[in-house]
Amino acid sequence: MNRKLNRRLALQTLASTGAVASFGPLSLLAHAQKPLTVGVIYVGPRDDYGYNQAHAQAAAELKKLPGIKVVEEENVPETAAVQKTMTGMIAQDGAGLLFPTSFGYFDPHILALAPKYPDVRFSHCGGLWTEGKHPKNVGSFFGYIDECQYLNGVVAGHMSKSRKIGFVAAKPIPQVLRNINAFLLGARSVHPDITCSVIFTGDWSMAVKEAEATNSLADQGVDVFTMHVDGPKVVVETAAKRGKMVCGYHASQAKLAPAAYLTGAEWNWLTAYKAIIEAAQAGKPHPNFLRGGLKEGYVKMSPYGSSVSEAAKKNADEVKAKMLAGSFDIFKGPLKDNKGNTLLAAGKVLKQTDLELEKMNYLVEGVVGSI
Amino acid sequence: MRNALREIALPIGALAAALLVFGALVWLAGVDPFDMAWLLFKGAFGDAFSWQNTLQRAAPLMLTALCVALPAQAGLVVIGGEGALVLGGLACAAAATQLPLPANLAGSVLACVAGALAGALWVMLAGALRQVRGINETISSLLLAYVAIGLFKHLVEGPLRDPASLNKPSTLSLPEGLRIGGIAGSDVHWGLVLGVLACLLLGGWLRLTASGFALRVVGGNLRTAQLMGLPATRLVLLACALGGACAGLAGAVEVAAVHTNANASLIAAYGYAGILVSFIARHQPLAIVPVAILFGGFGAAGSLLQRRLGLPDASVLVLQGLTFVFILASEALRQGDPAARWRRLWPARAALKESSP
Repeated sequence: MNRKLNRRLALQTLASTGAVASFGPLSLLAHAQKPLTVGVIYVGPRDDYGYNQAHAQAAAELKKLPGIKVVEEENVPETAAVQKTMTGMIAQDGAGLLFPTSFGYFDPHILALAPKYPDVRFSHCGGLWTEGKHPKNVGSFFGYIDECQYLNGVVAGHMSKSRKIGFVAAKPIPQVLRNINAFLLGARSVHPDITCSVIFTGDWSMAVKEAEATNSLADQGVDVFTMHVDGPKVVVETAAKRGKMVCGYHASQAKLAPAAYLTGAEWNWLTAYKAIIEAAQAGKPHPNFLRGGLKEGYVKMSPYGSSVSEAAKKNADEVKAKMLAGSFDIFKGPLKDNKGNTLLAAGKVLKQTDLELEKMNYLVEGVVGSI
Repeated sequence: MRNALREIALPIGALAAALLVFGALVWLAGVDPFDMAWLLFKGAFGDAFSWQNTLQRAAPLMLTALCVALPAQAGLVVIGGEGALVLGGLACAAAATQLPLPANLAGSVLACVAGALAGALWVMLAGALRQVRGINETISSLLLAYVAIGLFKHLVEGPLRDPASLNKPSTLSLPEGLRIGGIAGSDVHWGLVLGVLACLLLGGWLRLTASGFALRVVGGNLRTAQLMGLPATRLVLLACALGGACAGLAGAVEVAAVHTNANASLIAAYGYAGILVSFIARHQPLAIVPVAILFGGFGAAGSLLQRRLGLPDASVLVLQGLTFVFILASEALRQGDPAARWRRLWPARAALKESSP
């Protein structure tokens, strides 16, 4: 029975490729009547203590919601394989909403499939959906996690004795640069002479290079670490082994090094997932562009570790309260890059929602490293 | 006749044995093994969608497996096909976006030829290092693959980068006219046809032609080949070039049919998977086709197993590993006379049997 239903659904989908486009809202309403199957696709393992785990945690919460069925697949590369996985979820599992969570799934893979399945909703994490350029049944969501990296920086600024903090990064792309800059700016809000050394490993998951980078930064006197790689496990464990402190990223790594873990920048994808699912269930238009920070509940901080000083907690909590109230800006003038060029004149401010920030291509003054 | 039967029965027996062991494993993990077996079949070969899924996954593997098989026929163990693949993809993207190629079939062919050429030169380099400087080709081809990936990233993130590719550095996209589409409206792109054709042609060449035979003599016994006056070095380089061209072509097709530009997603370990495919196919180009399809089937079935049974991705790797271990183990049964082996294993008992009236 189930199999027949799926086949019928697949046929329907195929047949409706052209015809349904003009009846878009109608077919969405029809979708809302039956339980919604949601497909979640991960580029790495679900238990990586990082990017994929953050999504898997939210997917696990989705399973508890009524009227929702979740199908998942992990370790799906950004090749034809992900197109097959998405098509399989639609045709074999009857999925009406997909969360392909890796950045590289967007172009060309989601963009290739979305026009073929106009009544399936595609919600991509991290991409920049653009009105007029991308299909209406596609959307992108992301969080302003640089707010949490700024708070990581505030705590690091208080805890660092050497006044040298370190960042192990994957690639010099805007999302990563924004985190590095926010981390340093947070730390400099405590001590203006702090420097942050950054090492780029070149790819998202390079365990050996991540360990080497951590060791080499530790040798240079760095005593608080954070990172932006897919699985922060290696950096956290290596830093802890060297007796250094660490601020987490993506998900909580507190379990891996309870003594060394200060706090961390975590995703809270459930907020975005829920908003998108509610729209699908109610037959409302697909949310094409969702962004949010601490205030909107898209990101959160790990609980403070036992070694964090009272002064650090107090300072970070104050800034966090301002962020929650929407009265705090991270990128404000005067701001220079680390080559001495002026980025923002005094008095100028880039709000978190400014798309200019999603094109970041510089390291701010105080970051030791080059792109 | 008996040999032909054995050729077919052994791999099927191995597959069955692997399924049995894997079934026991998933049963211990609380999953119904019959459910699992049904889903495996359904996911890999159950319907038109599954077949497309399987064949699409198999297509690049046929070409990268040839990059191992051809040098192996000449006695070389080359494991750096990944390098040829990424450079092939890069050369295809570079040719298509930097040169004024005509936006039609001829242009697509030229872009793919550029990819094949890049791959051929890269693997030939490993062959030449071996022939001229005596450097072990297994190590050098592997290390050259790392160099190739470094070069790829440098060019994609630097000189060839599309400035609009912010969070995912990529080259410019191929013009619409140069891209490779699906076969007769299906999702399976023409890379599959190229892969099968390459396997057939190269298999035929090795078996039916004098130069193919000469190559196998070089691989079988280098001294003999030299005594016979065969141009060993030239043949070795030819095998490397042909193998590298196949892997380079795989990269070019991936770019032109799937990614539409060259970016780091191209580095998806097809080159390394090809090593396994070639070894399982005993470096026979004709056998590569079914082995690659089996491999593609595992990928397609694994996808369904994960979604339906919630099994981790690693479980399919376990099945794949079991299958290949059993296939390799069954090789032992292939050679010679099983009865003779029995006598060798149990000489006393065999002697007893023979002496008894």
